[in-house]
Amino acid sequence: MTDTATTETVVATHTVDARGSFCPGPLMELIRAIREGQVGDIIAVYSSDKGSKTDIPKWVEKAGHRLVALDARDGYDEIIVEKLR
Amino acid sequence: MDRIVILGGGVGGTLTANLLVKKLRARIDHGEVEIVVVDATGQHVYQPGFMYIAMGGERAADLSRPERSLLDKRVTLVVGEIARVDEARQTVVLTDDRELAYTQLVVASGSRIVPEAIEHFDTEAHHFYTADAAAKLRTALDAFTGGRIVIGIAGMPYKCPPAPLEVAFLIEAELRDRKLRDRTEMHFCSPIGRAFTIESVSEMATPILETKGIELHTFFNVEAIDPARKLVLSLEGEELPYDLLILVPPHKGQQFLMDSGLAPAPGGWLPTDRHTLLVGGRTNVYALGDATDLPLSKAGSTAHFEAPVVAERISAAVEGRAPQGKHVDYKGKVMCFFEIGDGKGTLLQFDYDHPPKPPKPNQLWHLGKIVFNKTYWHTVPKGRV
Repeated sequence: MTDTATTETVVATHTVDARGSFCPGPLMELIRAIREGQVGDIIAVYSSDKGSKTDIPKWVEKAGHRLVALDARDGYDEIIVEKLR
Repeated sequence: MDRIVILGGGVGGTLTANLLVKKLRARIDHGEVEIVVVDATGQHVYQPGFMYIAMGGERAADLSRPERSLLDKRVTLVVGEIARVDEARQTVVLTDDRELAYTQLVVASGSRIVPEAIEHFDTEAHHFYTADAAAKLRTALDAFTGGRIVIGIAGMPYKCPPAPLEVAFLIEAELRDRKLRDRTEMHFCSPIGRAFTIESVSEMATPILETKGIELHTFFNVEAIDPARKLVLSLEGEELPYDLLILVPPHKGQQFLMDSGLAPAPGGWLPTDRHTLLVGGRTNVYALGDATDLPLSKAGSTAHFEAPVVAERISAAVEGRAPQGKHVDYKGKVMCFFEIGDGKGTLLQFDYDHPPKPPKPNQLWHLGKIVFNKTYWHTVPKGRV
C-alpha cells in the first residue's frame, strides 16, 4: 500500500495496487488492507481483473463497508471502499 | 564451471534436477556442470496423499521416500536448512554456515502452513496438510456420531485448491455410508463470492454441494475461533457453530526468501514472470511450484509442468544458445483430478488462456487419481510423464 491517492471526490488514505493480479488476488488484497486498517479508512483498489468490479462491491456489501466509487481508468478499475467497522 | 543450485526437493526441484541431467549429461560427466539439490530433510513427501490418510486408509509411511532415491546419481544432494540467499555473492547460506555458490539458482522451496496465525486453530480446527493432522482428522471422523461439520478455508492462497471441496464431498459420502448423514449438518465456507476460484469449476461444484445438502457460505473469511462457544467467526460478521471444524490453514512462502529480499512480506511469494519463470527481473534466478506468486493452483501439477521450462532455459544458458522447443515458455498448464465422492471424480485441465471444462464426474477419473497417486514415484520425479 502507498499512503495517499486522490480521486475527483474523495481522498483515499490507502491504495492497493493489484493491477496484474488475477481473481481473487485484488479482493484478497483489499481484505488484508481492511484487516490492517482503522474504521474510517478510505481504501482505493486498482484492479485490471474484470471480475473485481462485481466481486468487490458484493463483498463490501456483505462485510458491511461502504462502496464510495467505482471508476473505469485506463486499462483498470479503481474501486474505492470506506471501512465502516 | 556452472553450478546450478536447486532449493527444495519436492516435485519441482527433483524433476528440474533430473531433467537438467538429461539435457546436460555430457557436460556434467566432464565436470563442466554441477547440479545441487538442497533439501531440509532429505525426504521427498507426496503431499497430495495426506488427504487420503484422513479419507482413504492411506499410510504416512507410504507417502515418503528418500530424496536420494529419486534423484539421478549425477545430482549432488545437500541436506540442510537454508538461512538465506546472498545475491551479491551468488551464494546460498545454510543455517549451519555451509555455503553453496551458484551460477544459476532455482527456487522450488514450496509453501508452509501457518495455523498459528489464527488463535485456537491448533486446538479447535482439524486439517489435512500434514500427515499427523490428517491422522488426527481421521480419528475425529471415526469418533463422530452426528452434529455440525464446518469446512472452510482460513487463508488464500493455499495448496491444492480443490482439496477442501473434495474433503467435503468425501465426508458427505462417508457419513451416508455410516448412516450418520441424517444426523449431520454440513457447511462449506468459501472466502470468495463462489465455491471455487475458477468460475467453470465453481459452476460444476455448486450444484454438487446442493445435491449433497452441503450449505455454501460465500465471502466467509475466517477471522477467529471461539472455543468456549464452539463458533467460527468471519471477517464479514457471520458466526457458525461447529461440532467438527475442518479448516485449510493459512499458507506463506518460506521465511528465508523474505529475509533474503527475494520475496515481499507478509506472504513471501516470489514475484515470478508468468512465462519465463524468472524471479523479479533477474536473469539467473528461477522459481516454480508453490513458491511463486503466479495466479495458478499451488499444486504439484503446476510444478510438474513448469519444471521442463526451467530446465530448458537453464540448459540453453549453460550451452550459450537460445531456449528452443516446446518448453521455451510456460503457458500456465495445470492438470489435476478432483474427487466428487461415491467413487467418482473429474479432471481439471487448464492453462493461462483456457479455463477448465471439467467432464461429467465418473469412476474413470476417480480411478485415474488413485492410479496416479500409486505410480507417482516411478513417473513424475524422474521425468517419465
